[in-house]
This record gives sequence, C-alpha cells and structure tokens, in this order.
Amino acid sequence: MKIHEYQAKQLFREAGIPVPEGIIAKTVDEAVAAFEKLDRPLVVVKSQIHAGGRGKGRFKEHPDQPGVVLARSAEEVRDNAARMLGSTLVTIQTGAEGKQVNTLFIEQGLDIAQELYLGCVVDREVGGPVLILSTEGGMEIEVVAHESPEKILSEPFSIHTGLLGFQARKLAFKLGMEGKTVRHAEKFLCQLSRFFIDNDCSMAEINPLVITGDGELVALDAKISFDDNAMFRHKPFDELRDLSEEDPAEVDAGNADLSYVKLDGNIGCLVNGAGLAMSTMDLIKHHGGEPANFLDVGGGANVDQVSEAFRIILADDHVKAVLVNIFGGIMKCDTIVTALLEAYEKVGFTVPLVVRLEGTNVEIARKMLAESGRDIISATDLTDAAQKVVATLSS
Amino acid sequence: MSILVTEKTRVICQGITGKSGLFHSQQCREYGTPLLGGVTPGKGGTEVDGFPVFNTVEEAVEKTGANTSLIFVPPPFCGEAIMEAADAGIELIIAITEGVPVFDMVRVMEYLKDKNSRLIGPNCPGVITPGIAKIGIMPGYIHTPGSVGLISKSGTLTYEAAWQLGNVGLGQTTAVGIGGDPIIGTTFIDLLELFENDPATESIMLIGEIGGTAEIEAAEYIKDHVTKPVAGFIAGKTAPPGKRMGHAGAIISGGSGTADEKIAALEAAGVIVAESPADMGAAVKRAIEAAA
Repeated sequence: MKIHEYQAKQLFREAGIPVPEGIIAKTVDEAVAAFEKLDRPLVVVKSQIHAGGRGKGRFKEHPDQPGVVLARSAEEVRDNAARMLGSTLVTIQTGAEGKQVNTLFIEQGLDIAQELYLGCVVDREVGGPVLILSTEGGMEIEVVAHESPEKILSEPFSIHTGLLGFQARKLAFKLGMEGKTVRHAEKFLCQLSRFFIDNDCSMAEINPLVITGDGELVALDAKISFDDNAMFRHKPFDELRDLSEEDPAEVDAGNADLSYVKLDGNIGCLVNGAGLAMSTMDLIKHHGGEPANFLDVGGGANVDQVSEAFRIILADDHVKAVLVNIFGGIMKCDTIVTALLEAYEKVGFTVPLVVRLEGTNVEIARKMLAESGRDIISATDLTDAAQKVVATLSS
Repeated sequence: MSILVTEKTRVICQGITGKSGLFHSQQCREYGTPLLGGVTPGKGGTEVDGFPVFNTVEEAVEKTGANTSLIFVPPPFCGEAIMEAADAGIELIIAITEGVPVFDMVRVMEYLKDKNSRLIGPNCPGVITPGIAKIGIMPGYIHTPGSVGLISKSGTLTYEAAWQLGNVGLGQTTAVGIGGDPIIGTTFIDLLELFENDPATESIMLIGEIGGTAEIEAAEYIKDHVTKPVAGFIAGKTAPPGKRMGHAGAIISGGSGTADEKIAALEAAGVIVAESPADMGAAVKRAIEAAA
C-alpha cells in the first residue's frame, strides 16, 4: 500500500525524523491560509498524488504548470493552487492519462546546501533490509544505479537492531560529511531504519534528503509503501489509504481477495494462480490477441469470490470475449464451474466464453459444464484455448 | 532416486484442523504419502479423520517419527510455525501459506541459519516425487515418475508443465514449487545443485517469472555448474511495469526484473526457453534432443 507524501511526513514527524513544516490544502482558500499560517518568505506548493516525478510533471489543463512550485506571496500561492487543484497532473510515472490532484501540501522553503538520496528496501539477495545512500539527490535512483553505480552506497542492517551507529557514521564519512552533520546523519539514518522495520515498510524513500546551511538533515520528500501482507498488525494505517488513487475495479477485486490488474486489451482472463495468469496473458498475445486484464482468483477462492471475479471482468466495456483457464490444485474445478454457472444466471454473459479446465475434480466439473446446456466453448489445452478465444473476435 | 522426498519421508501437517490443511492432508494420504498426523495448538489429543492431532511439533515428532512438515498455518502465525518445526528437528519444512509478511520471513531465515532444516516456500505448491510421496497441494494424477527435475516459482504453472511433460511422455524425478515471495527458503540454485547431483534426473525444467533477479543468478549457475540439459520458461512477458502480478515478488521495478532480460540470460547459458506457456513440455524434449 502506498501513501501520500504529507501522510508519510506526518508519520516521520511522529517518529522524530526531521521534516519541514507543512500544511495540507484541499481548496485554494486553504492553500492561501496555509501560506499565512506558515509565515515564511518562501513556500513550496506540492501536488499530492502517489506517482513520482511531480516536479517535472505538467498539468493537462495547464501545460506550463509544474506539479511542484515555489511561491513567495499569497497571490502566487493562490494562482498556482487554482491551476493545480482539480487538474490532471501527468508525470513520468502516471502514464499519459495522468492523475487528478485533489490535495496540495504547502511547505516551508529550506536553505539547501546539499541534496542526497536516502532509501530503505528489502533486498531479495541479502534476504533483509538495506539502507541506500547517494550523493545524487533528486535523481531517480534507478538511473543513478545504471549510469554511475559507484555513487550509490548500500548497507544491510539487522531487523532486530536497525542500522547501528557505526554503520551510519561509516556512510556519512564516506559521503564526505563533517562535524555536527555526521551526528545529525547518524541519528537520521538510524531513525529511518527503525521506522522502516517498526512499520513493516516495503520501501521508504527520501529523495532528496537535504542538508541545510546549518548542517541539519531534513526530509524534503517522503515516499513510503507498506507490505500489504503485514497490514493486519497496523490497523491505523487503513485510514491512510486513498482509494481515489487506485483503479476502482482493482479495489473491488482486493476487497474480494482477488488479484486483478487492468490492461488495455479486449480478452478478459480468469485464471487461478499468478504464474498461470501471467502466462495466459502471454499466450493470448502470442496468438495475436490482447489481454484485458490479469486476474488470479487465488488458491482457495469460493463461489462468491469467483462470481465477483466474473462480475469485475464483465463490467469492463472493452471485454469482447472471456477466457477461463483453470488448473485445479487447492482450487477445485467444480467450484469454478459452479460459480461460472451462477454468474451466467446473475450477471449474464453477452460475450463468448472459452473454458479450459484441468486438475482437481476436473471430471465432475466437465460433466457439470456439459449438462448445463449453456453456450460455452470448451478447450482442451492452452493453445486450443488461446486460438479459440482469439477466433471468437475475428468471426 | 529423487531429491528431497524419499522412502524415508514421514510427514506431519501443521494446521491440520483447518479446512485446507485437512483437505490436503487427506489428498496426500490418498496419494500414498506417509502423513502421520498433525499439529494444532490446543487441540492435542484429538483426532481428525483418523489423523492424530498434537499440541506441539516436538510432541508430533516424538510420537510419529516425522522428519517433514507441511504447513497450512494462517499468514500471521506461519513464520513462527516454520521456526517451531525447525526447533523440533524437522529436516524438510514445506510452507504452503500465502501472504506471510516479508519481515517475518527475514526473521525465519535468520533463525534457520544454524538449524539443520531446509525450508521450501512459503507461498508454494509443495514437493512431489511421483509414485513415492506428494507433500503439497498439487493434483497427484498429472505427475508421472520419470527423469525430469522440475523447479518453479508458480503453483499452477508447475501443474501445467507437469501435465505437458506427461503429454510428451516425460515424467519427473521430483517437482518442487519454490514460491513467488521475495524471500523464500530454497532457491533455484539450491535445487539446480540437488538435481545436478541426482543420478536419476536426466534433464531439468526451470520455470520463473518477472521480478527480482533469481532467474539471472540461476542462469549464471547453470552456465558454470550444470551439465544436464535445461529447459526454461519465464512468465510475464506482457506484464506492465510497476504492477504486482499476484505474487508478492512478481513486479517489474525500475525497469529491472523483466521477462526479456531473464530469457536472454537463460538463453545465453544454453537453456532452451519455451516460446509460449504451451511449449514447456516440448521445450524439455528439444533440450534433451539438443544434448544427445
């Protein structure tokens, strides 16, 4: 689960990690009031969307308006906020359709001496959390990793102790820090590593991390995502979720414990298992079709979940045919067919349906399908299934 | 011969009184697996469908002589269940549970460092040595005894591959699902080594997917250490970047972990990569023929 910058900074503040002073605004008047309240010569007006690249992003409705701007007066705040709120911000990460900006974060400007990159991730190879630090603040870390990997320092840390003081100092000295900045960095890095562990983050990124003219470290940006599997032990975070940032169909699927990702094609897929679901998409493409979605009904789905899966697929106007590909393991084939027949009655199929079944209880399931009298195209194997579903579109 | 599962395998199920735990324990027993009982804390001394239930793994080991555990415990408790099994001296721990928090797995892997246990999974279909024992959730009938060692990140794709292998007359020595989570107990490389050293295994099929770099490391290992023919398949060629495709680990991030780079690495290591998921069985045949 991702959260907004202003939410991440609130959590940082509570954890004692230094962030600039800031106030959220959902209207132009609130933005101006925030400027007055902050009472600073310079503020930053920042669009709050989950995607990165906001500073370089521009609005569809106002092609010259950046997603993050500096403002020195109430008028500047008012003019910029008016162009930003309710408009659609397109960044390198949003895709061409962009994201509507509903919230601004008005933040004090800082006296910036240096910009760094700081991040924590779980490294699969290391098998644990790693802290990443680089002098290239403000750059995308993937680009730095590709072009000048020597500028990236990384330090694994224990999930019991967090990053230790000496580890933080080692990184600070390697980056050329001196004097009290080293002490600030030690505290900052250790606190972030603790925050990362205590909150079951899958990623925490501060880009840029700023060293001010006074040698202090402040998180100028904050990007956090949490491990969805661990959210049962962080119930208060449920409130941080912004459903307007997510695809409504993906939200519905998530509520039914289904894994769904919308794609651009017109062949809906219902598959059990992530690997087979991805392969089914690949296969459709291989035979000249375009998948409309990834949908994994999971290992232990019941009739209600599978009905919901059909409802979600069929609610997509682009879907012109549906391919069901089930290899039963935990999931029994007859469960799928029961749901399929129920969905046929409840939702109604107006598009061709190709079904390929194999695995646990396949004989019962095939018999049920045959006896249902429904207009369902059976397929014997993957190639047969893909060819048949693609053929329904050309006929 | 085979790997991991042998005639000496004796299995218990942690979480046997749950719906999935019981159903699959019954299925394993039906297949012929010596599944001798299970563990559910607080239900010790009872029985479910003829399986004795114990309060602790330690007790289950004492009473049944189990050396292998199949875990269906819900995600919040799965990490601890794995550690309990290791503490009780279980040699092979197979965790089916999906949705274990990443940091729980970090703790588990630390705990296992000085234990004598091998963990398969979590979030995996388990292990089968056809004709000997099935310890997992795969449908038994699609796996036939044979000479292919099968390794996969995905459950249902493993079934698909086994089924296709059957259709071209190839069975498996052992099929292992390693799981689709970012942190897992046993890797492609661990199993490549076991299959390379198993005399009954004549060829290997490796099924990976987008996300992470495990397939690329596997390709490097194959180039340097594997003499047997290897076929491969990578799922997710059409997956969009930045989106998690079902498995916690299946995500292309920052432009890395794509299917194309993994396919290229495998091909560079001499692996015959299936063109489509329908081509997996045939790809193993081609790999064997190319080596002959």
